[in-house]
Amino acid sequence: MSEILSVENLNVTPKNAPSRLLVKNVSFKLSAGKTTCIVGESGSGKSLTALTIMGLLSQQLQASGSVVFKGDNITRLDNRALQKIRGAKIGMIFQEPMTSLNPVLTVGYQIGESLTAHLGLKGSGLKLRVESLLQQVGIPIERANSYPDELSGGQRQRVMIAMSIACEPALLIADEPTTALDVTVQAQILNLLDELKTRMNMAMLFITHDFGVVADIADDVIVMFRGEIVEAGTKKQVLTKPQHPYTRALLACVPDVEGKKQLKPIDYAWLENKATA
Amino acid sequence: MTEIILQANHLVKTYTQRSGRFGFGSMKVKALDDVSVTLKAGSTLAIVGESGSGKSTLARCLLQLHPFESGEVLFQGQDITKLHGQALRAVRKHIQMVFQDPFASLNPRMTVAEIVGEGLLIHGLGSAAERLQKVHQILKRVGLSVEDAQKYPHQFSGGQRQRIGIARALVLEPKIVVCDEPVSALDVSVQAQILLLLKELQQEMGLSYIFITHDLRVVRHIADEVVVMNQGKIVEQGKVSDIYSAPQQPYTQQLLNAIPGRKAA
Repeated sequence: MSEILSVENLNVTPKNAPSRLLVKNVSFKLSAGKTTCIVGESGSGKSLTALTIMGLLSQQLQASGSVVFKGDNITRLDNRALQKIRGAKIGMIFQEPMTSLNPVLTVGYQIGESLTAHLGLKGSGLKLRVESLLQQVGIPIERANSYPDELSGGQRQRVMIAMSIACEPALLIADEPTTALDVTVQAQILNLLDELKTRMNMAMLFITHDFGVVADIADDVIVMFRGEIVEAGTKKQVLTKPQHPYTRALLACVPDVEGKKQLKPIDYAWLENKATA
Repeated sequence: MTEIILQANHLVKTYTQRSGRFGFGSMKVKALDDVSVTLKAGSTLAIVGESGSGKSTLARCLLQLHPFESGEVLFQGQDITKLHGQALRAVRKHIQMVFQDPFASLNPRMTVAEIVGEGLLIHGLGSAAERLQKVHQILKRVGLSVEDAQKYPHQFSGGQRQRIGIARALVLEPKIVVCDEPVSALDVSVQAQILLLLKELQQEMGLSYIFITHDLRVVRHIADEVVVMNQGKIVEQGKVSDIYSAPQQPYTQQLLNAIPGRKAA
């Protein structure tokens, strides 16, 4: 099993308040062909972690620690060098397909952009590659000439996926890619991502707040709470034998399909007592 | 036999949608196509469906917030479709709504006391002092404090704002509360808090809920009966326990199978 990404002691703080840790001492590794889910509530630092890996952190924030991608430390790289990696070797899918696509360009053009930029593809070679990508994500090739507003939410997310895998990245980061979608469409997109991951032997970092999605797609799970990793392990370990009180409390909030479970909200005061004790 | 508190018969609603290049054409879309539902007193009826299924349109038509072409809505046996002005307002006091987006549904320029007390003011209930007392009572009941009454919506988290929305709906002591995706914008731990609060309040105040959601896991926890909608039509309806254990229609089966985490469980 080959290691694709290794994150070590990652800290993120606001530049004007360096003592406030938004992401605190986060370390994990990702390997080829595996999906790792980061779960947590809003403000847990899960999206910040992903943005830091991509070097897309806001100007107001600063990161320390190391991100090693395929043996190279990419933490110190400048923007120009990072651009060679982003989109080519690390793909990214965001939550809102409508706001991530450019409304005045055809989807075919947008899928082709990174192929031209990174691989220098042009003309008929580019057209063939774009069509093959559309096919891989299950969109009719005539759709290459459509604009984003002519597509449904699920189709737009498929276009985003086509863009993100265009250059066959070794790592795909998906930040809540199905949160805005209907449940049947969500199921299709999860299947598609899983299939692509296996076929292309990608490492996938999947950020979500939904334990149902975790159960469907993850190999490994990382649970984050207030900027820290509180628990990490295989899906089975984390979902069936959670060790940390926060993971247990979080799982107790998730409604089950059978409706047998008594929902129990998280008692944060109790958790904090437990943490300091 | 349980009393039926709200009944909708054969509702039909069409939207005209602009279509074609630059929207010069027009297209009729059936948002509600012969929809009939009944809500029993003290119970929860969930309306589920994907985007565009007509579930929110149905809620709005029940509240008479949207005009519709044909059909009737009976509240405690009285047809409220033909009501206007004062008479309609009197009925609306009994049917309140909780909205999805706790950020967009509260006026940022009003204090919590004003937001929650506005309904009392509109319906001319009590003196200023009595109204304020009622507002304080209901705030405490939904888990906020008396001091919160003087704050503005932006000073609260999403879950707290949803509590304000619930307080606003309940201060009038309604019989029916229509909840349109009240927990979809919330974190799962906050979602659990709000679901439990709604259940408690239902028992205490004898409320009947119409609960609109796309989340079938939430339905299982909150609802007694469920209506499954697709493209403006009712696909299937019945008791939650029956439909979850033996869905009859392919669309319902498809929805239930798509619930994330089902395969692994």
